[in-house]
Amino acid sequence: MSESMVQVTNVTKIYERGTQQVEVLHGLTLQIPRGDFVALMGPSGSGKTTLLNLIGGLDQPTSGEVWVGGSRIDRMPSGQLAAWRARNVGFVFQFYNLIPVLTAEGNVELPLLLTKLSAAQRRKNAAVALQVVGLADRAGHKPSELSGGQEQRVAIARALVSDPQILVCDEPTGDLDRKTADDILGLLQVLNRDHGKTIVMVTHDPKAAEFARRTLHLEKGQLLEQSAA
Amino acid sequence: MTKTGFVIANLFRKRTRTILTLLSVTMAFLLFGLLQSVNYLFSAGADALGATRLMTQARVSFTQSLPLSMVPKLESVPGVARVAYSQWFGGIWQDNTPVFVFSVDPARYHDVYPEYVMPEAQWREFARTRTAMVAGRQIADKYGWKVGQHIPISSNIYPQKNGSKAWAFDLVGIFDGKDEDWKKRTNQVLINHDYFDEANQFVKGRTNFYILRLTDADKAQSVIRTVDAMFENSLDETKTQTEKEFNLSFVKQLGDIGLIVRWILFAVFFTLLLVVGNTMAQSVRERIPELAVLKTLGFSDGAVLGFVIAEAFALCALGGLVGLVLASLAGAALEKGTGGQFALHLSGWVWLLGLITIVLMSLAVGLLPGLRAQRLRIVDALAGR
Repeated sequence: MSESMVQVTNVTKIYERGTQQVEVLHGLTLQIPRGDFVALMGPSGSGKTTLLNLIGGLDQPTSGEVWVGGSRIDRMPSGQLAAWRARNVGFVFQFYNLIPVLTAEGNVELPLLLTKLSAAQRRKNAAVALQVVGLADRAGHKPSELSGGQEQRVAIARALVSDPQILVCDEPTGDLDRKTADDILGLLQVLNRDHGKTIVMVTHDPKAAEFARRTLHLEKGQLLEQSAA
Repeated sequence: MTKTGFVIANLFRKRTRTILTLLSVTMAFLLFGLLQSVNYLFSAGADALGATRLMTQARVSFTQSLPLSMVPKLESVPGVARVAYSQWFGGIWQDNTPVFVFSVDPARYHDVYPEYVMPEAQWREFARTRTAMVAGRQIADKYGWKVGQHIPISSNIYPQKNGSKAWAFDLVGIFDGKDEDWKKRTNQVLINHDYFDEANQFVKGRTNFYILRLTDADKAQSVIRTVDAMFENSLDETKTQTEKEFNLSFVKQLGDIGLIVRWILFAVFFTLLLVVGNTMAQSVRERIPELAVLKTLGFSDGAVLGFVIAEAFALCALGGLVGLVLASLAGAALEKGTGGQFALHLSGWVWLLGLITIVLMSLAVGLLPGLRAQRLRIVDALAGR
């Protein structure tokens, strides 16, 4: 686990809100080894989601460097960054963000439309991903026909289907009850332990953070300390 | 799932809204197809090539009559084989049902229109009996007329000398068309012009138009020029044209058909742009977070723009093509209903224009919402900003 998957160096992020400038991250430096499972905790406005967005290539820093999986992504052009995300990152959101008009299988297959796989191969890969998250029998159901936990499992299958190096999870259990949340976190643990996925997860929930290998605390845009699970 | 499947799935996410919008597009393209066909028909102009019959009327309007003394002059024109004439009667059958009644010289009409077939004995009876009439097969069947019946037909234009507009004729024959095309043109009645000329109160020795049968089709242009030149600067200046253009000129009396069509289509498509544009804008506005998810998954800005424009295209193409097909069917029905007089079939040109309109409209309604989708920043969209 010594090889670095994420290397964030002296990163600053400033947002412009109207005429005001808000500095969310202040010269933050962070290293996450390959195969790690990190929980990012901290109060609202501490910069957790901003840091997660930078690592996932959804946003770019005002200054500093962001390296993920050996690629420097902080100055990558938009089109190149989109292609990089498709190949390297899986995203899991708090509210699942599934496409309501597609079935579970369709949602999982969606990222594969960006690949050169045949339709049959895409369907096969989607079926495997749904099997991994234990939802093979709900492939034909639309999101509105699934429970919250099942929707999140579909979202995880969608994140996994293109076999990314890193999973970026923003409050993945924030909308679920304790029992379902524990199931989802257990699934993430399995993906980290058995499939070697590096996972970076933002959470407010200390119990959720316990599922990670270590927890990083942010406050006012700076890293405080880390604790091992 | 394919990209096309994804676009179609998004298109029908609000089924009722999409179906209503599709109906609007369909109706607009139905109108487009029919009106462009009408426009095309009327703007096609006089194509004298291959015409074997010409129509000569007064230059100002066919409602102004011409003297029958023109007959020998017309027959002397090189290229003219035979001349017939025809006078609009303005017939009314029973309870205000208009029927096409023309007074003609039976022998001349028979010579000029060999496409109308009837036993020779009935043609002779038509020429011999002053109060005779012959009816086309379609109209005879429609009203159940039989040879030998005495049929009352009023005229809404010409009273008899006693002031009565009620006329009556003896049905002496029923003519048919020689082929399917001409069978469709048997919805008219012919009466004997000698009787009409003598009995009516207003016109004497005049007719509405002449029909010139040519010796051969190559002579059409020269006959048109010679006839109109012959009567130029006279009291009865003429306008000679092909049968097809003559038939269309009835409708042209309504005004500038091309201009009317353009204005109607402008109004229809302007409204349609607002309707479909609003549907597309609303559809994109409702799923900003979903579009952000697509970008998150790795779809480029251009790909997201492409999805929105493809959706607009699917909407316009689906509605547009159904509309054009319906216009084609309606045109064929209209052609049949008018006995082939108005051939409103959608030409290749109208189809091409329709397809170009579909593409342009897709761009017009899809581009703005598409650009909005293209420009949205993922983090802002996911955060609902």
